[in-house]
Amino acid sequence: MSGTGAPQARRDDPWPGAAVSSEPSRVVMEADQIARACARIAHQILEANRGAEGLVLMGIPTRGVPLAHRLATAMDQVEGVRVPVGAIDVTMYRDDLRRQPTRAVGHTDLPVEVEGSTVVLVDDVLYSGRTVRAALDALGDLGRPRAVRLAVLVDRGHRELPIRADHIGSYIPTRAGEHVSVRLTELDGIDQVSIEPASDAPPREA
Amino acid sequence: MRHLLSAADLDRHEIGEILDLAEEMSLVQGRPVKKLPALRGRTVVNLFFEDSTRTRSSFEIAGKWLSADVINISAKGSSVSKGESLRDTVLTVAAMGVDALVIRHHASGAPWQASRWIDAHVLNAGDGTHEHPTQALLDAFTIRRHFRNSVPDVSNFEGKTVAIVGDITHSRVARSNVLLLNTLGAQVILIAPPTLLPSGIDSWPVLVCTDFDQVVPHADVVMMLRVQRERMSGGYFPTPREYTIGYGLTRPRLEAMKPGAAICHPGPMNRGLEISADAADAANSLILDQVAAGVSVRMSVLYELLGGAE
Repeated sequence: MSGTGAPQARRDDPWPGAAVSSEPSRVVMEADQIARACARIAHQILEANRGAEGLVLMGIPTRGVPLAHRLATAMDQVEGVRVPVGAIDVTMYRDDLRRQPTRAVGHTDLPVEVEGSTVVLVDDVLYSGRTVRAALDALGDLGRPRAVRLAVLVDRGHRELPIRADHIGSYIPTRAGEHVSVRLTELDGIDQVSIEPASDAPPREA
Repeated sequence: MRHLLSAADLDRHEIGEILDLAEEMSLVQGRPVKKLPALRGRTVVNLFFEDSTRTRSSFEIAGKWLSADVINISAKGSSVSKGESLRDTVLTVAAMGVDALVIRHHASGAPWQASRWIDAHVLNAGDGTHEHPTQALLDAFTIRRHFRNSVPDVSNFEGKTVAIVGDITHSRVARSNVLLLNTLGAQVILIAPPTLLPSGIDSWPVLVCTDFDQVVPHADVVMMLRVQRERMSGGYFPTPREYTIGYGLTRPRLEAMKPGAAICHPGPMNRGLEISADAADAANSLILDQVAAGVSVRMSVLYELLGGAE
């Protein structure tokens, strides 16, 4: 990963101008912006928690997992402490299982006991909030964390549940039908966030 | 996947998906809350016309851990003992609005028949001398795990030799395992006295041998089949003792096995007959792993069948 270490000033405008255009696909975050966002989120988590004590980073598959590892690496550079990283698959907790063919289940990996720790859920895109709702339920079956936080790379709006993120890489305004595509080097060979127009990608929940 | 009636219904990719998902499901056994909400509101009926402990209870646990409502109906004490036909029983149960029917029946093909009468998903939990596909899946799961420990990243069974020993003629476990292991690319060798080899075995994708000792040192997995009591007096072999000498996994054969080779048995075992206590309790015996795998694999299959939209 690539966290450059220095804390970045929070972007001043929560909904930076970017006019919503209808062109085929537009890139909204490049590799350096993703790296800065990860570094800043890592700092924010440490600041809010007053250090790395009791923290566990739990990535939501697929792209939440490499992001969680990047945050851990950035925290290691700042504090010199290796925060445990895990994965929490939420497929079987989704509220839309019956609305589509059987969904593939991802991997769940608990590095430490959830009981009593401060769990930071990490995902790439926050959209309807339904994935996070499912993750909270899944987490509850694994134990009783002291606190749960949410860190996302992109908040694209259009919430359908009363859920908000504690740490956000970038606010990106979108239309409801559009698809926010997050690509990460670990899985896709490139670090990039782009917005695809409606229709060519299936609507997703995040 | 609509029904699971035969191990032949599954291709290598589907088997891989079921086994991978079963690995995830196996984590539930170690959790404080042994429950996933995936099948909430679904009803699974275990319809068992034959006695069974492990298959029925593992289907029941699998369904319950996925939050389905599970009902057990056994032939004894039900209207089956009053002479109701299979068709009427199946239609009656289906009419109650069940989502899946797990059927064990003494007649080969009964689950297949049932799947043509009703809309619910049908799972074959053993039919006569035909098939027992979830047993083959849990055997494959257990064997894959065993070889993952010694050889990382063994994702298929190419190059592995599995010896299945015992009453092949009457064994649904053997039939399902032959089909599944063959799909996965393993070499299957069937070992039995000539009286317990079915006619038409030449067309099976296997090697056949009547000399157990010749095969023992070459097998990566030795899978022992139960000698069913009713066969012991059926003239298939002279005496139980002679069966043990020729086809039992005795201590000398245990010692002749390839290092790292595994022992499987679908249970229930006849200790001292087809398997010695030394072999049953050996470090390389996977028999209890098979039982644990049964729950995970059946959870995986139930999720595959019932987890999505109708």
